[in-house]
Amino acid sequence: MAVHSKFRRFFYNRLATVGLFIVLVVLVVSAAAPILPLTDPNQTVLTNRLLPPGSEGHPLGADELGRDMLSRLIWGTRVSLAVGLSATAIAALVGSLIGIFAAFYGGWLDNTLMRGIDMLMAFPYMLLALAIVAVLGAGLFNALVAISVVNIPFFARNVRGATVGLVRLEYVDAARLSGKSDMEVLFGELLPNVLPVIFITISTTVGWMILETAGLSFLGLGAQPPTADLGSMLGEGRKSILVAPHVATLPGLVILVLVIGINLLGDGLRDVLDPYLRSGALVSPRPATEVDTDLRRRLRSGDAVEPGTEVSPDGPGGNDGGGNDGGTVPLSVRELRTWFWQRSGRTSSAVRATDGVSFQVPRGAALGIMGESGSGKSVTALSVLGLVPTPPGRIMDGSIRFNGEELIGAPIERLRHYRGNRIAYIFQNPMTSLNPLITVGEQIAESVRHHQGVSRAAARERAQELMDKVQIPNAAARVDSYPHELSGGMRQRVGIAVALANDPDVIIADEPTTALDVTIQAQILKLLDDLRRSEGVSLVFISHDFGVISELCDRVVVMYAGQVVESGTVDEIYRHPLHPYTRRLMACVPRLGDRARALTAIPGLPPALDDLPTGCRFADRCDVVTDACREAPVELRGHGAREARCILVEETSA
Amino acid sequence: MHRYIIKRLILMIPVLLGISIIVFFIMALIPGDAAQAILGSFATPENVARLRAELGLDKPLVQRYFIWLGNIVQGDFGRSYSLDRPVIDEVLDRLGPTMLLAGTSLILASILGMFAGIVAAIKQFGWQDAAFTFVVLIGISTPSFWLGLMFVLLFSLQLGWFPVSGMTAVVGGGGFLDVVRHLVLPSVTLAVVATGVIARLTRSTMLEVLRRDFVRSARAKGLPERTVIMKHAFRNALVNIIPVLGIQAGFVIGGAVYIETVFQWPGIGRMLVNAILTRDVLLVQGGVVVVAAIYVVINLMADVLQHVLDPRISV
Ligand code: SF4
Repeated sequence: MAVHSKFRRFFYNRLATVGLFIVLVVLVVSAAAPILPLTDPNQTVLTNRLLPPGSEGHPLGADELGRDMLSRLIWGTRVSLAVGLSATAIAALVGSLIGIFAAFYGGWLDNTLMRGIDMLMAFPYMLLALAIVAVLGAGLFNALVAISVVNIPFFARNVRGATVGLVRLEYVDAARLSGKSDMEVLFGELLPNVLPVIFITISTTVGWMILETAGLSFLGLGAQPPTADLGSMLGEGRKSILVAPHVATLPGLVILVLVIGINLLGDGLRDVLDPYLRSGALVSPRPATEVDTDLRRRLRSGDAVEPGTEVSPDGPGGNDGGGNDGGTVPLSVRELRTWFWQRSGRTSSAVRATDGVSFQVPRGAALGIMGESGSGKSVTALSVLGLVPTPPGRIMDGSIRFNGEELIGAPIERLRHYRGNRIAYIFQNPMTSLNPLITVGEQIAESVRHHQGVSRAAARERAQELMDKVQIPNAAARVDSYPHELSGGMRQRVGIAVALANDPDVIIADEPTTALDVTIQAQILKLLDDLRRSEGVSLVFISHDFGVISELCDRVVVMYAGQVVESGTVDEIYRHPLHPYTRRLMACVPRLGDRARALTAIPGLPPALDDLPTGCRFADRCDVVTDACREAPVELRGHGAREARCILVEETSA
Repeated sequence: MHRYIIKRLILMIPVLLGISIIVFFIMALIPGDAAQAILGSFATPENVARLRAELGLDKPLVQRYFIWLGNIVQGDFGRSYSLDRPVIDEVLDRLGPTMLLAGTSLILASILGMFAGIVAAIKQFGWQDAAFTFVVLIGISTPSFWLGLMFVLLFSLQLGWFPVSGMTAVVGGGGFLDVVRHLVLPSVTLAVVATGVIARLTRSTMLEVLRRDFVRSARAKGLPERTVIMKHAFRNALVNIIPVLGIQAGFVIGGAVYIETVFQWPGIGRMLVNAILTRDVLLVQGGVVVVAAIYVVINLMADVLQHVLDPRISV
């Protein structure tokens, strides 16, 4: 990924540079037109009529009146640029003023101005320009006015939108209270802050405006002879397109190159100015988390993979487990390292979201993974079936076995075979996790259809059964409901029904009740607990709340800063926490089963995961820290069932 | 659903009124006098006065607006002096070819643009995405009137594949295939810009949707990637793309002005340009009002379609 993104950044920067270069060359050449050794662009030499390019003294040939094409192109570009840029300046100035005033004063002024803008936008863009030219008459200046007017709405809208957000901010009030006049606030405080928006809008419209002014000239509504811009040259050259195609082709090419340059420059500018683009929000995750090539090679080399443990992909239902050594421990995670690669400038650094996590989920057991947000508990869960988004996520090391089969680096078909079938997920926010445009019944049924290959009708029936099973009242009617028509608790029941669709062996529930209110939370937990026992499924339950975990789970893994810091049974963790972090957490839990209690009230922040200390990651918040803690990485101490990552823990006490 | 459509239809009325006001008063701004402009500077004062009375120009502006509004509601846009026939007849004759051209282009641009946008979004960082960026850049930077000429030069004059201009062959034309042959070059030319815009939008919308939680849910069910992309992601993206298609319709209709001129297409764009050059004010006025009204209706249809696709938008 690092290579790709560097390539891309380079590519983009390069493109922006190319754009800048084109624009600069065009600007300089057209500005220098008067001092360049060019023939008079309007000098007609009839003997030179339609001279082809490459002729002596006329490198680009001549037009139908024998005028030198090169000279005309340069002078024409000068006119086109001047008109296009003036139109942009006028539209930007007027539009921005309208937008900023409307936002600042609000009320009726805002209403009137923006209604007017809406009205202008109710016209097809070009038609309004034509109507204006019709009134003012054909001519270059009138074309300029028309193009300016039709572009005003874009500036007015964008600038108003940006200003409205600013006006509500406190510093504007502060500036007003400090006795500044409206104008001082408007142009001293607001304008500088909306300038990026104005520039972004310019970058998206200027190329368009140059094209449109050229277009009006092409139609004969802009530049009138003897003035010529690129558009009118193109329009005149059309007449001789058959005998001398260069006369029409060249002005068009110049427009094309110029606008490409402007757009490239504009894209580069937006990359820098637009916080949305800069944040990298527009990156789509791949179907499965990428596995580091080195790890892939190591896994393929064989020593990490135990042969003969593959489960038949078509195993009926799969409840028979896998048969051999995976039988008692269907899911085991060892030394998992899933890192997020972040770029800053040209280097990329790793955020170690999980850094050597190991745990096992015995058949039929319920394991809790507890930790603050950012401790890596969700990333651990999502890594199991490769659902961590790449980019930026990447599995760097470790092994995840399901019934003995290695899942890391497994082909996507294998992962898909397990996803939602043998291992199912329940996600945190049922509102966003369900597709808003598809009925809940279908969202359950599609999983059944895909994995069991049954008919539409059968899958729908199964969906309804499942909805009954998760105690959705009146399931027969709710099958065709859309997610927004259900309450939060009902939606999460649908989420559970989706997870149960194919009788999975393992359910991974990632904070499934955090988004719900307390009474609903209790019902959902009860339901999960009942179902887990009745269906005989292993549960991995992720939460920041020990109270919730203690109700459902047998064992707990406590995570901190991407590592497991302690593991044991719920009872051990509660009664005899070994790690200072767990001890502090347990001190906050007044009574086992108080599920309203969240993990809070520990002073300090966990370390930045891209800049981890050498020694104990909890050292900065630990109340019993010693110098020794910071010297070297602290290993987990203890045996498999009871471990803690702290130098104060005696091997024997574990 | 029906209530929603009725509500939107009612909301359309003020927009249409606004359009009529803007067009009327812009036209009223014509320096000098429409009658003078029509008759030219050599007309006798009596003739000008008679035409003024005929056009109602001697009445106050607001009164004139209402008279005009009353007339256009009944389909009376006055008489085109340059063509010597009712404006509405000319506009209606020209409307069909323009809608055929613009409609074909918009459909073409939607299919190509969405397809390219989806591919670029799911192959992000791949060569497809880089190629896409390049093609979109060319698309949105090309002057369509020039591109049309280049197409004529290459495909009509050099290769002889398609006719140079017009909508039907002069001799024995008018059949379906004949019109299609004439339609290919202008509609492709007109579609280029819109394809770029739609592709760009589709790509960014898809990228945004693909990050949403429900796409992860779909993947967590083990659904094939095609289902994840089309059924889950694209459908949601489409809800956001459709209103923009409505707006693009406006740009395509506007762009048709150039293309109709290049290809001598007998549409409303060419009519408007000629009307402006001959200062046939009433013809311009009628053409602009009718096309703007159609644009409003197209946007209404886009809204209704969005409503159909998205059950969350409440009535
Ligand atoms: S290793 Fe040291 S700093 Fe870390 S938890 Fe133990 S005592 Fe605290």
